[in-house]
Amino acid sequence: MSGDANPSIASRRMDNARDDAGDVEAAIKAKVFAFPHPHFLGVDRLDRPTVDALLDLGDTFVALNRRLEKKLSLLRGRTLVNLFFESSTRTQSSFELAAKRLGADTVNMSPKTSSITKGETLIDTAVTLNAMKPDLLVVRHSASGAAALLSQKVSCSVVNAGDGWHEHPTQALLDALAIRRAFGQVGGLTVAICGDVLHSRVARSNVGLLQLLGARVRLVGPPTLMPASADQWGVEVFHDMRRGIAGADVVMMLRLQLERMDGAMVPSTREYFRYFGLDREKLASAAPNVRVMHPGPMNRGVEIDSEIADDVSISLIQDQVEMGVAARMAVLASLAARLSNDR
Amino acid sequence: MSATRPTAYVNARLLDPESGYDGPGALVVTEGVIAGVEHRAKIENPSADLLIHDCGGALLIPGLVDLRVKTGEPGSEPKETLKSASLAAAAGGVTTVVVQPDTDPVVDEPAVVDFILRRARDIELVHVLAAGAATRGLEGKRMAELGLMAEAGAVYFTDADRPIVDSKVFRRVLSYARAFGRPVSHRPIEPHLSSGAVATEGELAGRLGLPSVPAVAERIMLERDLALAELTAADLIVDQITTAGALDSLRRALGRGVRATATTSINHLCFNEMDIGDYRTFCRLDPPLRAEADRQALIAALADGEVKIVTSAHTPAPAEDKRLPFAEAAPGAVGLETLLAALLGLHHEDGLALMTLIRAVTLAPAELLGLACGRLRPGAPADLTLCDIDAPRVIDADKLRSKSKNSPFDGRRVQGQVLLTVVDGRVVFGG
Repeated sequence: MSGDANPSIASRRMDNARDDAGDVEAAIKAKVFAFPHPHFLGVDRLDRPTVDALLDLGDTFVALNRRLEKKLSLLRGRTLVNLFFESSTRTQSSFELAAKRLGADTVNMSPKTSSITKGETLIDTAVTLNAMKPDLLVVRHSASGAAALLSQKVSCSVVNAGDGWHEHPTQALLDALAIRRAFGQVGGLTVAICGDVLHSRVARSNVGLLQLLGARVRLVGPPTLMPASADQWGVEVFHDMRRGIAGADVVMMLRLQLERMDGAMVPSTREYFRYFGLDREKLASAAPNVRVMHPGPMNRGVEIDSEIADDVSISLIQDQVEMGVAARMAVLASLAARLSNDR
Repeated sequence: MSATRPTAYVNARLLDPESGYDGPGALVVTEGVIAGVEHRAKIENPSADLLIHDCGGALLIPGLVDLRVKTGEPGSEPKETLKSASLAAAAGGVTTVVVQPDTDPVVDEPAVVDFILRRARDIELVHVLAAGAATRGLEGKRMAELGLMAEAGAVYFTDADRPIVDSKVFRRVLSYARAFGRPVSHRPIEPHLSSGAVATEGELAGRLGLPSVPAVAERIMLERDLALAELTAADLIVDQITTAGALDSLRRALGRGVRATATTSINHLCFNEMDIGDYRTFCRLDPPLRAEADRQALIAALADGEVKIVTSAHTPAPAEDKRLPFAEAAPGAVGLETLLAALLGLHHEDGLALMTLIRAVTLAPAELLGLACGRLRPGAPADLTLCDIDAPRVIDADKLRSKSKNSPFDGRRVQGQVLLTVVDGRVVFGG
């Protein structure tokens, strides 16, 4: 690992360690800032100072979430609506917990969608919801650009919780938080993102954010699951997994949808595991202190061996879930800091 | 049709792609027909009953002929009717439109051709011609009644946006249509490669996470189409060529004497994939917008005469079909009213010769369909467009006459304003 990109990290971590219960809230108060945009739509709109501030704020929420008393009043009187056109128990409950711990009221909506009316439902639902004056609208939709489109039609803040193959920016933020806490910093690390890059919003958001933070990013996967232009993203592209993860500090596995494995994009599940599934043997070529990540839910035995996923000395997967709540609290708190009552 | 007074259009800059004349001139119209053309600004000793229209030095050209226009009539009238499309055409200096057969019902039998032509005659604005379906129901399986539709007035055959995948069917359509003297238009797109795609494969589509099609999908199908046109000696219209690779194929085929006439849309000459930007659905087109290198190749091919015809590819889509996530939005853009101004932009900004551009929307499509219009010659129909080619303005989609306002040119600064549109001697716009 080269260079110390952020000399203040070590001292900050010591600060955190000294925090006793009463200081946590003071630390949060000191780190809350007003997000520079009305919406949180994608990592391509973020700059380095904003990301650093979000990660610093996220750290304070990790401390909060480890206390018995977790509830704050930063978002008291605010309403957050989870609008999930694609179901996701994990992400939805992460946002819901994050909002509740900040004191917001939450409503979960999962509109039934049909292929004919799903587009109409998006705008119509958004306009209807907007009339109920929510403050934060968290949206997931199967179409790329859906969150951005919705943000043009409502007066509240929109948080992109995944739009098609495009972006999943809070996932990238929580991944960065997990990596930074595990390694002290993100800059200078080599991160290999492996699997179905073509259909992955997680990969797109992570490539952008990790590069912003100074990591070297590699993409690993079969050619059929790699965007034709991936080599223009400032990353190295590998179709051989052993070479792709050789010396990597972080191996980030992507979820592969099983319907893509039946000869459509790859010949079979077993062939995929043979060449692109993460097992001990392949992982041996990574750096000695390698950490493994997965956005979940996992297909055990398809893209990742259970033995690795459950090995807490290697796997950051449980940390990712924990960081998810903290990172989303940071996003919601900083967006809410923009809101004023006379809006 | 009401009789009109004989009229002299004087003090004009005449541009006639047939004779190649571009200079001061005047033109006399009687009984809906061009009676005389003068290569000087005035008429000597005009007769007393002659109405004199001073053109003030503006450009007088043959009325535009647009080969590829969709309306919503019959079947989707809220999108666009023959009337609203005709109003848009007249305002855009377009005097002849060819409407596409992918309506509801499909134009795949003579009665529907007849219906459209009769409706258009009643509207009495611009000339509306119909293209017939090449296959029944546009299904690409069985030939439609090409002969009967030709007799009813269909000017060419096409399955519009849908490629005819079965090569045996397409071969038969080509050779059968040839016997009735009608060309066949075909969209060169390999349907398996392009299925589900909404953008051209490349850095932008990859970054935006949009399903995309490689540019070669156009070349693959075009090579087949050209080979079958060669085999059958039929007249093939290449519907919207847009990629540099396909232009290479076209060039080689033209060199072998294949009877292919390539068209492209004004949109692909004026925009590239970057205009999609932040998921602008007004730039969701079919075929999708291409790389800038493709656009430059297209401009060069138009200048060289390899691409002969430019169409508006007028495709109305109401707001509710466009205010959707990009991949779910309806493809297409309206263009009748902005076609000429956009073409003039290619003259002002990309340096294309005015004669080349005007020929591509007048004489070239007229000759392809065997129409007498598209030229300023005594005896030709008095379909005329008078245009101030320098007038600056900003296109405002809300003010377009189309019922649908899906214009990618909205907000664009252009130079060029249609002053007067004349069809068969009648003023249908301006004046």
